[in-house]
Amino acid sequence: MLILNCPYCGVDAEETELAAGGEAHLKRFGPGSSEDEFHDYLFMRENPKGVHFERWRHANGCGKWFHAARCTQTLEVFGTYSAQTTEPPQEIKDAITAKRPGWTWRNLS
Amino acid sequence: MSEPISALNHASFSGIAMVEECGLQGMITLRGDLSDKVLAKAVKDATGQKVPAQREVLVKGDTGVAWMSTDELLVLVPYAEVEAKLADMAGALSGTHALAVNVSDARAVFSVSGPSAREVLGKVAPVELSAEAFQPGQIRRSRLAQVAGAFWMDDAETFRVVCFRSAADYVFNLLKVAAQPGSEVGVY
Amino acid sequence: MSTRLAKQGRLIDRSKKVTFTFNGTSMQGYEGDTLASALLANDQMMMGRSFKYHRPRGVVASGAEEPNALVGLGQGNRFEPNQRATTTEVFNGLTATSQNHWPNLEFDIGAVNTALARFLPAGFYYKTFIHPKPFWKHVYEPIIRRSAGLGKAPDKDNRDADTYEHFYAFTDVLVVGGGVAGLQAAKAAAQSGAKVLLIEQTAHWGGRAPVDGGTVNGEPVDKFVEQLVSELETMGNVTMRSRCMGAGIYDHGYVLGYERLSDHTPGVQGPRHRLWRIRAKQVVTATGAIERSLSFAGNDVPGVMLASAMRDYVVNWGVTPGDRVIVATNNDDAYRTAITLKQAGVDVLRIVDARATAGPLAEEARQLGIRVDPGKAIAKVKGGKRVKKVAICNQEGVGGAREEVEADAVAMSGGWSPVVHLWSHCGGKLIWDEAHAHFRPDPDRPPLGADGKGFVLAAGSSNGPLALADVLKDADAAGKAAGKAVGHTPKRTKAPVGETTAEAPMEAVWLMPANADIQLRMKSWLDFQNDVKVSDVQLAAREGYESVEHTKRYTTLGMATDQGKLSNINGLAILADALESEIPKVGTTTFRPPYTPISMGAIGGEARGDVFQPIRRTPMHNWHDKNGADWEPVGHWRRTYAYVRPGESVHDAVNREVKNTRENLGLLDASTLGKLIVKGPDAGKFLDMMYTNMMSTLKVGKCRYGLMCSENGFLIDDGVVARIDEDTWLCHTTTGGAERIHGHMEEWLQTEWWDWKVYVANVTEQYAQVAVVGPNARKVLEKLGGMDVSKEVLPFMEWRDGKIGAFDCRAYRISFSGELSYEIAVPASQGQAFWDALIEAGKEFGVMPYGTECLHILRAEKGFIMIGDETDGTVIPQDLGLHWALSKKKDDYLGKRAHSRSHMADPERWKLVGLETVDGSVLPDGAYAVGEGVNANGQRNMIGRVTSTYYSANLGKGIAMGLIKHGPDRMGEIVEFPGTDDKIYKAKIVDPIFFDKDGEKQNV
Repeated sequence: MLILNCPYCGVDAEETELAAGGEAHLKRFGPGSSEDEFHDYLFMRENPKGVHFERWRHANGCGKWFHAARCTQTLEVFGTYSAQTTEPPQEIKDAITAKRPGWTWRNLS
Repeated sequence: MSEPISALNHASFSGIAMVEECGLQGMITLRGDLSDKVLAKAVKDATGQKVPAQREVLVKGDTGVAWMSTDELLVLVPYAEVEAKLADMAGALSGTHALAVNVSDARAVFSVSGPSAREVLGKVAPVELSAEAFQPGQIRRSRLAQVAGAFWMDDAETFRVVCFRSAADYVFNLLKVAAQPGSEVGVY
Repeated sequence: MSTRLAKQGRLIDRSKKVTFTFNGTSMQGYEGDTLASALLANDQMMMGRSFKYHRPRGVVASGAEEPNALVGLGQGNRFEPNQRATTTEVFNGLTATSQNHWPNLEFDIGAVNTALARFLPAGFYYKTFIHPKPFWKHVYEPIIRRSAGLGKAPDKDNRDADTYEHFYAFTDVLVVGGGVAGLQAAKAAAQSGAKVLLIEQTAHWGGRAPVDGGTVNGEPVDKFVEQLVSELETMGNVTMRSRCMGAGIYDHGYVLGYERLSDHTPGVQGPRHRLWRIRAKQVVTATGAIERSLSFAGNDVPGVMLASAMRDYVVNWGVTPGDRVIVATNNDDAYRTAITLKQAGVDVLRIVDARATAGPLAEEARQLGIRVDPGKAIAKVKGGKRVKKVAICNQEGVGGAREEVEADAVAMSGGWSPVVHLWSHCGGKLIWDEAHAHFRPDPDRPPLGADGKGFVLAAGSSNGPLALADVLKDADAAGKAAGKAVGHTPKRTKAPVGETTAEAPMEAVWLMPANADIQLRMKSWLDFQNDVKVSDVQLAAREGYESVEHTKRYTTLGMATDQGKLSNINGLAILADALESEIPKVGTTTFRPPYTPISMGAIGGEARGDVFQPIRRTPMHNWHDKNGADWEPVGHWRRTYAYVRPGESVHDAVNREVKNTRENLGLLDASTLGKLIVKGPDAGKFLDMMYTNMMSTLKVGKCRYGLMCSENGFLIDDGVVARIDEDTWLCHTTTGGAERIHGHMEEWLQTEWWDWKVYVANVTEQYAQVAVVGPNARKVLEKLGGMDVSKEVLPFMEWRDGKIGAFDCRAYRISFSGELSYEIAVPASQGQAFWDALIEAGKEFGVMPYGTECLHILRAEKGFIMIGDETDGTVIPQDLGLHWALSKKKDDYLGKRAHSRSHMADPERWKLVGLETVDGSVLPDGAYAVGEGVNANGQRNMIGRVTSTYYSANLGKGIAMGLIKHGPDRMGEIVEFPGTDDKIYKAKIVDPIFFDKDGEKQNV
């Protein structure tokens, strides 16, 4: 059972306080988008063995959504960060590079 | 208006800790920019307290303020004064993007007291409650077994526990089981 | 015979006699006895029967690994099956019954299976219960069910008398195991300043070191343990719990501890078991090692026992399992058993050592007059319910040239396996140690924590070392390493120095004799509880089960309640040999928690009875309860389905409520409807995204019914939205939808439109809300007095704040019934008083409370949809004829893009219609409509389904709604609905509005 640090209230929350919210950093496509764009936005998801970016909500806590970067294989957590961003901050990317040199995820590395 | 009635009307139970429903507590959910001076003044005027820091609770008796989130406070005032305080607050915040709303009746409040109070809470919330880790002045939002709740300490042996009114019966029964005689854990 | 010795027994108190019963026979033991030791003291060697062949079985071990001595403990509401006699502490009044036999332990019909053993080989079930297929359900299943499972389930009508709880514990270092290694590791970690929690599964500290003997720092080991324990007890940063087993290790330092508080003192105040939910930064597993059995024919006859267990029974409990004992071994440690027995006055006939040479312990044994036979093996143990004779042969060979010796007990030792279970639970890897013929933790591949570093350290014999000196050194180092890993500086102390007699190397012996013939192999047990023999594993290998996981499932090796603690390595070795492979290549099966079975009660914790599940109550809950409420769960809420009066059926009550609400006056507790305040300069823009309708244009004081779709376009919620002031809206959600929709709004605000200035608050429970419904609704409110609720001042779909009677309230003129209707919200703390006032004032107007079934019928009569009935997560507003609620003026809202996908615009989608049976009966709920032709599976094609169906007392007939292909274009057509009762229901497609089509009743 995971422990993630909520970057909003600072609590090291165990998984029973959290709600998982799936893949992070999806770009929303609305009216005017192509069939492919909309299809991918709704249904296509990364499924990496290794570095992954996810959304979590501190549901039984401060109620805030946040992002987590972790390894799906070892459950190592590289860091948690604000939900109000479209991509991981540099320090998170650096932390991952230090542990998993050569990692990529979508167009990030 | 009729005499207002709290969820469990001051029910109580005595085991390894004393569990009591505290009756009605005036509560205002205040959402806004916590660094805003107008908001800070409204809080000060209503409670005499400054805006609390992360996970801080500043409370004396039934008046005070608790940090709920980065943009949310729980303002505590005597139940009888809540409408007046809310009106004052709404007035003070009228030009500000903020939301102040009365939630006094939407909550139930319990006190759990005695030397084993920490252990009673430690049976229902996945939170470290040793004296080094949790002290009066801190608030923790978490879960109480299967429902959401929040708690803080009035003093070294007394917790104040807040949950939704509809779950009051569940939480009271839960705390009764956790405080059943002979169930001291002996670690806190 | 097995009997109590005059001396010895370090754990029993001979001044305190204890009386208990076994299969109804009263027996005596001493305080400190386990059930196993007490039974042995009463010469009760046979303690149960095996699962498959019902073979007589005696106790084989002395601890958690015991496969045979499983009993049913307690009676009535404290009965529990499959409890290990070896880990059960006796107490006055304990009742135990043996299992898996009929009519009794001594004489068992099922034992006929043992005669049939050669017809019951590995994979018997898979091979036998396959053909013919029609036998599966009514012939084979009952046979399999009857023979499945050891013990019997507790009586379902006898609720467990005890209580259980969880406890969340946090520590720097958790040490699992209170033997010398665990104690020393705890001390070393604690001395660094780390907070330490030390748990031990038995009631005693020190593990088996005091039985094995030796010295530490020149003192006897038991004195060392005593000192260490009292030292730890005085350390403020150490918490010690005995009778608390480390059950499992999970991700991120999560460990379950299973504390048995009152199993040995049933009925005392407090919980019986406590499940510790521990978070540890570092875990030290000091779980010891388990002795392996030897595979020789008849190794399951009662009286054959692990050598270490026999030593435990003598030293710990002053019990000898026999008078004339033979010891069989492949290592030096078993000599300690021979010596211990001899010194206790037991006749040790000989030590059969498969090896050519033994160490100094052999000399010690010889000096005591014990005969030592090197290079020898047990060919076969003879005897049914008790060891009678032992045939001895050469280890090399097939088992010929036997010498028979009369004996009544055999001590066997096949070497030691570290308990690597906890290390392995969360991914710790193992390496094969050739010298000791065992798997031990690979320190380079530990379980990884959240920081990507190892968080488990193995210590003592669970890490490989078996000699006391090595164990203490290893444990000291592990404790220090754990302290360091959590950020403390270990003290520069020396590890205590242990000393024991030196030992010669063990030799792996996987079969006795080495080339035993098939007759012997068919009687050489690997898994005692599940009756898996050497020959079964060999057969599995021949039949192609090469993977150890497959062999396990095919043979059931290691699948019993002991999870193969004794048998796994022996089984692997046999499999490796049969496959002509090596043990490390074959590998182990997966170690899964819990280490030994833990009670269901402990897992459930406090969640039983009143607190099994949260039940959400409205402020008027108790009134409903006192007034005949038949409850319906809606999410966690309890709502009144109908108020049943004395002499009425529930159906009668519903019909009464339905008619009365249309004719007079009904009251509904609507407090459960979600109420969300949405406020801010961007609130209108935000709600325009949330709802398919336009909410930003709603005038202050007015209400609008709104629909919410997911980004996929499917309906997720509906409700009435009221505009409170310029930048504040109040959104009603469905019952049970409040938290979900609040979360949905927060999600979009926090993660997509975080620069929009909007705050949301859930005020659902701030209010008690009462729907006042029916032709007399206005009259009762006017009688109570206060605000003007006339048509002119409070028209349909508007709201006003004011007072009704003495109650501050907000009154909404909204209707989910088609009647003149008000929903009045008052503070929750006034809810009951307000309800009472309405009931009292409504008497002259024919007031009756009504429940959710009446609510459903009234809305169905009006053709109003219900989220969760007409919708199921695949339904879009267009399916329900709700095009009018989809704003065409808005560029965007959640679901808009999805609605233009080809499948969403498909004219073949099933659409909402009303349905009326031809004969006025009620359609079955959820029934499917069938059309022409059949699908690829030969089933009739489906063309729709029933979504809501009721008897309408107002209309005197059944009414229903359903989704039907091309439905709105097929008005008047008859559609067939086959029921599950084999009847075909015929219904006509009609308009879904059955009652007051022009809405005249609500508009008064």
